[in-house]
Amino acid sequence: MITTPTKLVNPKRTKDSPVKSSLFKQSIRKLSKNKLAVSGFVVVIFMFVACFIGPLFSPYTDNKINMAMMNKAPHLKHWLGTDALGRDVLTRVLLAGRISLTVGLASMMLSVFIGSLLGALAGYYRGIVDQIIMRIADLLLTIPSLPLLFIFGALLSEWKIPTDYRMYIVMLMLSFVGWPGLARMVRGQMLSLREREFMQAAVVLGLRDRRKLFNHLLPNIVPLLIVIATLNIGGAILSESVLSFFGLGVMPPTPTWGNMIDAANNMIDFQERPWLWIPPGFSIFATVIAINIFGDGLRDVLDPKQKR
Amino acid sequence: MSTYLSKRLIYMFLILFAASLLIFCLYAMTPGDFISGNIKLTPERKAELRDIYGLNKPLLERYGLWMSNAFRGDFGFSLAQQKPVLQLFNEYIWNSFLLAVVSTFLTWVIAVIVGVISAYKQYSWFDTLVMVAIFAAMSIPSFFIGLFLIKVLAVDLKWLPPGGMLTTGSNATGIAYLKEVIHHMTLPVVVMTLLGVGSLTRYFRSNMIDVIKQDYIRTARAKGLTERKVLFTHALRNALLPAITLVGFELPALFGGSLIIEKIFNWPGIGQLYMQSFGLRDYPLLMGFTMFIAILTVLGTLISDILYHVADPRVRLQ
Amino acid sequence: MDNSIEIDHLSTYFYTEEGAVKAVDDVSFRVPLGQTVCIVGESGCGKSVTAMSIMGLVEEPGGKVISGKIDFGGEDLLKLDKHSLRSIRGNEIAMIFQEPMSSLNPVMKIGEQIMEPLIIHLKMNKKKARARAIELIEQVGISRPEQIADSYPHELSGGMLQRIMIAIAISCNPKLLIADEPTTALDVTIQAQILDMLREIKTDSNMSILLITHDLGVVAEMADYVIVMYSGKIVEEGEVVELFERPKHPYTKGLLKSKPIINQRLEELYSIPGQVPNPLDLQESCYFHDRCEHCMSICQTKQPQLQEVGNQQKVACWLYEEAVTHV
Repeated sequence: MITTPTKLVNPKRTKDSPVKSSLFKQSIRKLSKNKLAVSGFVVVIFMFVACFIGPLFSPYTDNKINMAMMNKAPHLKHWLGTDALGRDVLTRVLLAGRISLTVGLASMMLSVFIGSLLGALAGYYRGIVDQIIMRIADLLLTIPSLPLLFIFGALLSEWKIPTDYRMYIVMLMLSFVGWPGLARMVRGQMLSLREREFMQAAVVLGLRDRRKLFNHLLPNIVPLLIVIATLNIGGAILSESVLSFFGLGVMPPTPTWGNMIDAANNMIDFQERPWLWIPPGFSIFATVIAINIFGDGLRDVLDPKQKR
Repeated sequence: MSTYLSKRLIYMFLILFAASLLIFCLYAMTPGDFISGNIKLTPERKAELRDIYGLNKPLLERYGLWMSNAFRGDFGFSLAQQKPVLQLFNEYIWNSFLLAVVSTFLTWVIAVIVGVISAYKQYSWFDTLVMVAIFAAMSIPSFFIGLFLIKVLAVDLKWLPPGGMLTTGSNATGIAYLKEVIHHMTLPVVVMTLLGVGSLTRYFRSNMIDVIKQDYIRTARAKGLTERKVLFTHALRNALLPAITLVGFELPALFGGSLIIEKIFNWPGIGQLYMQSFGLRDYPLLMGFTMFIAILTVLGTLISDILYHVADPRVRLQ
Repeated sequence: MDNSIEIDHLSTYFYTEEGAVKAVDDVSFRVPLGQTVCIVGESGCGKSVTAMSIMGLVEEPGGKVISGKIDFGGEDLLKLDKHSLRSIRGNEIAMIFQEPMSSLNPVMKIGEQIMEPLIIHLKMNKKKARARAIELIEQVGISRPEQIADSYPHELSGGMLQRIMIAIAISCNPKLLIADEPTTALDVTIQAQILDMLREIKTDSNMSILLITHDLGVVAEMADYVIVMYSGKIVEEGEVVELFERPKHPYTKGLLKSKPIINQRLEELYSIPGQVPNPLDLQESCYFHDRCEHCMSICQTKQPQLQEVGNQQKVACWLYEEAVTHV
């Protein structure tokens, strides 16, 4: 009777396998090879720096009304011209950028946080938790988002929320409308990950829930989350600009790219003073496209199943 | 199949019911209504009118009234326009539909062709160009590109009219009418197509790239089939199949009008009707519209599901 | 005897970011008419790429046939234009692959997929093609052929799908059938059936088979002649019985030794020490030298050439080199 199990001879190690650098370092290296993604990143950084630090170099930040310089086309003293109150357009575009970028970033973070939390819980625990969360998400997805945002915007005006606080409420509004889609995606990912072999192994090993969630599932979801988050900023910035354009988001005198375009949306300004609305519009475009290109490059690197 | 369908329908009704409740409450919360916003009326007259239109009744009663009327086909009465909501819809919706159906068609045709070619010629300069164009299309703010094109093409170059569906004061009929509408519809359709074509092209490109890498494409080539047959008979069929699900999702957009586009181009569609009514607080119309879109969304999802199950032999419902 | 195909000095490289991979490095061999030649080796040794190179299906971008000559019926396949190559594929040379589950188009009916080569190569009309397809389905041992012809791939099992693949492959009576690990993904019992079928077809139509596998059991069953590949090169080749009974190359010996034998229980299973070398890192040497227990100094610096060692056997090893100088 054979009692001892056979054992394998250890293969002679001839060359030592190179130590693998961490996933983070590898990702950075791969990403830097993608020229398009790098340029997207550079543009994004440039926008942030320009909008947050740029105005510090401008002599026009006090928003003083200067009727003498009213409505001037771009020239040496005012690179992008002036508006109806004599304010420097370039400075206003940069200041508006601060708001638009902040709102975009913040509302994205909020919706990603809420969405991924709810989605993960729904996907992991399933059952009643899943049902409740998904029904609410479904309900919100059924109602058209733009009218919903408009209603909220109108409510804000009716309740006479001071313009300073409007910005924060707008963030909340956007994340309120944004989280269901995110929750769906995270839930889907969670559901499929759950069934994978490595999770079955974790169950067989008798790991506690928390360990399974945090040490095994979460690290696999994080790459997807990063990608979703990055690509969502663009959407958030666009949504904020639409709202502001319709006068239902952040209101003047606080400038955002959206409401600057709205302010210039009258017969004369539109036709004869393009420097008032083209720069903010182009800023939105440049920022969003840069974020999207960068986010796409990020996805190539972080999501192994993706192809170009 | 029938049990699946019936379960689905029940769920749909429940969701729509919950949606109607939510919509009603939201609109009810916004202070002010059409009557109070009307400066031409005296306070007494206002009170009278409110009584007549039942605006003083408690919330639940008003909701109940709205719903029960809806089931009988009466979707409310627009206070501002003094016409039944449904009738108003019918007057405006076809203008929106016109824009939507043409731009959706163009979007899909361009997306399929460009996406497939780009996937087949992956890594070529054409592909890179397409990718950049896709990103651009997906990143442009809708209202900005609309305004920009109006400025350049309509105002500066005067190639196309800046807005509206017909030239003001026109009473053209027949062919002349058609020509005018087409003339006016060009810019909005271009903008709408531009906005939608980005993500759809990317979707088809991605699908096609996936499919081309599959084993059965290798088999098809090993059989000695021409590249054309490999592409069109084997690859395309598999790449386009999942897109069937997207068809249903186009439904709300087809009839819902674009609030932004119609405002920018002054197009007399249902979206513009909504925006006007919004300013006037004409709630019956606003609620009716929002509910309408919700119904279309739910219907669209159902259609998508059914189409997918019908089209993919692997997923046929037992 | 006559050969169905003659491959001479075939080299296929893959160009990657990190450098060129010599997937197939100066490989030459023959497949005689009506015989089964097996190419055996570990994963990554270049056997599949060899097959793809013959079919002209090397993956682009990156892969390229660098040099060589493939003589098939008097024509050099590597010099043929695309159109002519296509008319040979599926027609005179057919190929079946490893994963039958994914090798068939999931949204097309089985019958249609069998009919395609019949219509294109044999110019049959739809009716005739369908009738022939049903015949073929029966020929590969599947009952209720009409029903099967109207079903979809996902409705059939792996074994049945591989039979369908064989049906497609033999539909135009090819002179050469290339089978790339046809049974690796199948159960052992099904494996036996498939191999039996291949043998039958070969004898019935005097077809040659180029069978690629890593399984020595399959080789023993099917091969008339065996080619052993390692790191893109042929290290030994010979008639099957000779090779099994008197293996020459240390790698071949190692392979044969590694196979567990039923009815024998050993304390330790034998495995060839070391690992397959990194294809990007190959130096001028015998590629097997760092795993070989007979390694000599010359093995580390010069590559041995394939030499005849009598009895139709060839081996590329310095142990058998007449003119080796001991350094």
